[in-house]
Amino acid sequence: MDTLTAARAQMEVSLAFHMVFAALGIGFPLLMVISEGLGLKTGQAHYLALAKKWAKATALTFAIGAVSGTALAFELGLLWPTFMGFAGSIIGSAFTLEGFAFFIEAIFLGLYLYGWKRLSPLAHWLTGIPVAISGMLSGALVVAANAWMQTPVGFDLVDGKAVNVNPLAPFLSPAWLDMALHSTLSCYIATGFAVAGVYAMGLLKGRNDHYHRSALTISLGLATVTALLQPISGHISAQRVAKDQPAKLAAMEALFETQAGAPLLIGGIPDPETGEIHFGIEIPKALSFMATNDFNAELRGLNSFPPDERPNVVITHIAFQVMVGAGFALIGLGLWFWWRRWRGNLALSRKLLWALVFGSPLGFIALQAGWIVTEVGRQPWIIYGVMRTRDAVTTVAGVPQVFYLFSLLYIGLASVLVYLLRQLATGYPAETSESEATHAA
Amino acid sequence: MPLEVVVAAIGLLGVITYAILAGADFGGGIWDLLAWGPRRTQQREAIAHAVGPVWEANHVWLIFIIVVLFTGFPTAFAALSIGLFAPFHLALLGIILRGAAFVFRAYSPQKEQQPSQSSQRWGTIFGAASVITPVILGMTLSAVSAGQLRVIDGVVQSEGIVWMTPLAIAMGLLALALCAYLAAVYMTIETRDELQADFRQRALLAGTAVVGLSLLSLPLLYFTAQHLWEGLISVRAAPVLTIGLLAALLSGWALLRWRFQLARGAAIVQISCLLAGWGIAQYPYIIYPDITLATASAPRATLIFILVALPLGLLILLPSLWFLFKVFKSAPREDA
Repeated sequence: MDTLTAARAQMEVSLAFHMVFAALGIGFPLLMVISEGLGLKTGQAHYLALAKKWAKATALTFAIGAVSGTALAFELGLLWPTFMGFAGSIIGSAFTLEGFAFFIEAIFLGLYLYGWKRLSPLAHWLTGIPVAISGMLSGALVVAANAWMQTPVGFDLVDGKAVNVNPLAPFLSPAWLDMALHSTLSCYIATGFAVAGVYAMGLLKGRNDHYHRSALTISLGLATVTALLQPISGHISAQRVAKDQPAKLAAMEALFETQAGAPLLIGGIPDPETGEIHFGIEIPKALSFMATNDFNAELRGLNSFPPDERPNVVITHIAFQVMVGAGFALIGLGLWFWWRRWRGNLALSRKLLWALVFGSPLGFIALQAGWIVTEVGRQPWIIYGVMRTRDAVTTVAGVPQVFYLFSLLYIGLASVLVYLLRQLATGYPAETSESEATHAA
Repeated sequence: MPLEVVVAAIGLLGVITYAILAGADFGGGIWDLLAWGPRRTQQREAIAHAVGPVWEANHVWLIFIIVVLFTGFPTAFAALSIGLFAPFHLALLGIILRGAAFVFRAYSPQKEQQPSQSSQRWGTIFGAASVITPVILGMTLSAVSAGQLRVIDGVVQSEGIVWMTPLAIAMGLLALALCAYLAAVYMTIETRDELQADFRQRALLAGTAVVGLSLLSLPLLYFTAQHLWEGLISVRAAPVLTIGLLAALLSGWALLRWRFQLARGAAIVQISCLLAGWGIAQYPYIIYPDITLATASAPRATLIFILVALPLGLLILLPSLWFLFKVFKSAPREDA
């Protein structure tokens, strides 16, 4: 394995691993704050029990998210030193502001997780609110660094160096707000449906109690609202990509030839050798309309880019299809749930519950696929149009070994974590005394 | 004073804060690994209780240091990433395993309050990772100041482990001993009676190790790192280091006299002065002798951003941190 391939693989593994925990670190705190709030308001114990359970899950996942995020901050330099030497002073503002938000999240999470006894119930609930807000903010802020890599602005390139740097460049990047919105929604969707699957399983096992039904209502309340908003956010993002990153849009849609009135491709496996698409469904003129609001607009195909500036069309297109497919499946799942719930007893619809169980990972699959579209679709650039990925990679030998080692580490940690989270899913706790909560924490 | 020097001073303050807060969390892991005597289970519980609520907030100071480094001095960060590829990865491994093992142990299934086999295994990993990480971080300080890591015409010359000198090993071990010392001193305040005596004894042991390793480092510095030696005894650094030395003696004396609050305060001053003295001796280099603050500095606008953003951020951060430590660190635990 050459250094570039290994470095890209290592970055992919580290990001994919971190994204799961980052998403949970954004989604779980909101769920636990909602649940504890309902508990305080109604005085019903099962809401507090849920908040405590989710706090334990948050403690586990947040710790892994924090350390894997630290690893990523180092790896930006360890794997891509030329990139960081060039861009560190430009994207640093995104990491600085994210750092503050993350700091606040860590501080208040410590108070929340360990403060059940030391704080009054209301004060305890209040410490959860900064956790939820700063978790969301830290994600939205750090995405600005990536947005800048997609649509770099705020500097002049002179002799290979960035001059006249605007330190707020990441936040001036046209991609930032679209991406921040899209990725924040994806975190709530992924967490909400993942949590719902656990409690749907509980109901299937006959645990038809307030605890399980409320867990479903809270998690799917958040997940359905955000899933319904996601296509709108996705549409805004796609129009922006069409404008700023036409090569990425062409790869997402496997559009080989530049054409007016380009069709929207659903499914299909593109063959980059022949420029043909197998097994796809084409909707005439729909892509031109969705990308530009004009049915007859001309869109650039991959053939209009030099061969060494085309992203990998097979990976980008399939990942895009997976993301969109999973997203719409989740919308259907969410609506099905609320319709059933409105009609009566949830436990009676085993079909729905099984669908929730099997749909449980779809949010994370969509989230990962979306990041693959974002990152693979930007290739061969690390900074779009400015620096190529192969020019940014480290000169140090040993990247493949690091990749194998960290892959093993992450697989190991993920397995243990799944096992421990599985142990947590024990149904309504027989006894959740304060001392147990603090002891375990 | 040039802006990049102010930013570097802020970075150094970050290093000091990380050392006195997270250093003690690593030290907790060391004493967890080494726990001995009839009360070893209680020792481990007390450490877990002390470390639990704060370690993640303390860990963020490392992220702070890295972000200040790559925002303020991007080319130095790039050079360090190449030159210290192996130790940084090892430190990351330690950081990941330490954090993961700590929460995995806390959430391992328990039977009748007895630690299960899996939670013991995670405890061992937590301890081992807490030993490895400070040693490596201590070594990297030697690597950037002793002169083996060369960057000529912007190209890092010394890949591999040329910086792995006797001085680097001594500084790694000194960092380890200091973490162990801090943790044991802090624990004397968070515990009572026999447990308190246990941690007092451990603090005295670690303090002895600190003195021994410091004495060992002196000839190594003099013979193998002339520049750093001269920097340390210069009129700029020497007063700071003298205060640090006096604080070290004071904290040792306070431990002997069972005056633990005083011992803690003096230990904090000791570590702060030691690192500040190192930073002053290192000035104006980030990587001696090829990369200075001025050559690696980010554009002026970025430096100004850091200097504006930090106080604004601290305005929210410091009260939050104060609240965190007030809630969990103001009195010995009553609720265990």
